[in-house]
Amino acid sequence: MESLIIILVGVLSTVAFYLLLSRNIVRVILGTAILSHAAHLMILAMGGLKIGSAPLLGEEAETYVDALPQALILTAIVISFAVTAFILVLAYRAYQELGTDDLEEMRGTDNE
Amino acid sequence: MNNIILIPMILPILAGVLLIFLRTYGRLQAWTSIAVMAVVAAAAVYLLNAIQTDGILRIDFGGWTPPFGISFVADSFAVLLVLTSSVVTVICLLHALVSTDKELVTMYFYPTVLFLIAGINGSFLSGDIFNLFVCFEVMLLSSYILLTLGGSKRQLREAIKYVSINIVSSWFFLIAIAYLYGAVGTLNFAHLSVRVAENGQEPLLTTISIVFLIVFSLKAGLLLYFWLPGSYSSPPVVTSALFGALLTKVGIYAMFRMFTLVFYHEPETTHNIIAVMAVLTLIGGSIGAIAHNDIRQIAAYNVVIAVGFILTGLAIATPDAIEGAIFYLLHDMVVKALLFLLIGTIILLTGTAQIGKMSGIIQNYPILGWSFFIAMLSLAGIPPLSGFVGKVLLSQGAIDSGSYLLLAIALGSSLFVLYSMLKIFKNCFWGETIVSKDDQVPLRRGFLVPCLLLVALTIGIGLGAEGLSAYVSDAADTLLNPQVYIDAVLTEDFQ
Repeated sequence: MESLIIILVGVLSTVAFYLLLSRNIVRVILGTAILSHAAHLMILAMGGLKIGSAPLLGEEAETYVDALPQALILTAIVISFAVTAFILVLAYRAYQELGTDDLEEMRGTDNE
Repeated sequence: MNNIILIPMILPILAGVLLIFLRTYGRLQAWTSIAVMAVVAAAAVYLLNAIQTDGILRIDFGGWTPPFGISFVADSFAVLLVLTSSVVTVICLLHALVSTDKELVTMYFYPTVLFLIAGINGSFLSGDIFNLFVCFEVMLLSSYILLTLGGSKRQLREAIKYVSINIVSSWFFLIAIAYLYGAVGTLNFAHLSVRVAENGQEPLLTTISIVFLIVFSLKAGLLLYFWLPGSYSSPPVVTSALFGALLTKVGIYAMFRMFTLVFYHEPETTHNIIAVMAVLTLIGGSIGAIAHNDIRQIAAYNVVIAVGFILTGLAIATPDAIEGAIFYLLHDMVVKALLFLLIGTIILLTGTAQIGKMSGIIQNYPILGWSFFIAMLSLAGIPPLSGFVGKVLLSQGAIDSGSYLLLAIALGSSLFVLYSMLKIFKNCFWGETIVSKDDQVPLRRGFLVPCLLLVALTIGIGLGAEGLSAYVSDAADTLLNPQVYIDAVLTEDFQ
């Protein structure tokens, strides 16, 4: 099961980096969003996947799931949400100011 | 009593939240921020002295002892950096009092600076790697906002690059954390150190450490600095001073922590890679510093050179070299803030950043000119200024360990620093003045006072190195003897 998830992480990362390398800024942002999902899935897989048990419920619990990766992912999701919101606004503002959403045209000159 | 460790992070956050509600009161915001940062600096001084008597301090959130739960750990290295960054921030904020536009102030400039500092201090004090990641993100989000505040075309363009590259590096950070957790099953620094030492640093762990190296190199501008000159030279003066002085230092701190506390078993691989990266950074930074004619770009490339120089200390990793690197780190925070404030002031006064368009400013503004002269000498490492001590100690370490090539390149880069600064000094300050005394823009005292304070600080660190060296050598001791750190954090059962 873990191997399957890791392959999925690889596919997601490939898609994300393909999008990141494109010239259109909206595609870049979509790429960053997918990238963060890949990372979260990766953390989840690293904690080990088990079906049908709860996080630690006491010292005598028979089976339990590692709760730490879930806590990590929750934090990381909040952060990536904030960053994505910020970069969306930034892209819109840059589009208003610079009149383009093409990264190639945004390079501009050094002395302005 | 250990609660004081929280002050450097919690106080700026609380004050920042409060200031959001006071957005129209510019001066009140400014003075509150300055007062808060002064309190943080005082707390850091107290902590530093407490560490000398009681050893490393720590606080466990919610009473969960490490390695469970999260904790803040204050050792001399971390607290020295907290202290320096707080002092530098106070001085930069004094400059902001006069140099920041009203428009910026009402757009939450001060709260954002406070959040930035909270993130930076939190990164220094974190006791586990995930908390380090979170504090990094707090710092980065604030830096995104500060970089775009003002909204000029140049800023927006650079911000897109800066944000994208940082998102990718944060992704690498998360992936590296996931690998590390999968490999050793813990995230607490001390526990990581114990586990890695127990299992031996296998090739797998060395690979993970190199992923971390890439992450921190991107943040610190070690070799992967291509984003740095653009984004550090575009925002307003105080913002670029804070960036130049503090942001890369957090990446450097993280590298020191990881490669002295956790991944120190395979120096032939990791430390050699760091050495090669540092050398390439020094060469690339030197070329950039002498190639540009925009004074902001020159200053930004000087940040890059300093990063390379400090990391040669980590690559050499003898006690002298580490001590030298710490000294140089502290010096660099002060002197880069000074450099960026001076350059920002020059641009505000002359309205241009091109070397060719200025001349003879020293006749109009003598104090500014001489401050720049001292900053230049300090950057080049001339005694008795602060850059000298670090360079001497680092050179000593390099000679002891026989790394002559590293030493030659590190010291060679100082000549390029001196050359690039002399180019500014000669072209902008000397020569025929282009504005007559009557036409010149008056230099307000508010611009000069922070610069002079930083000049005093760089002279003070240079002359008072003896007094500082007790703290610095304690910091270096802790870095070189991971057991000290582990003993302070973990109980016997987990060692």
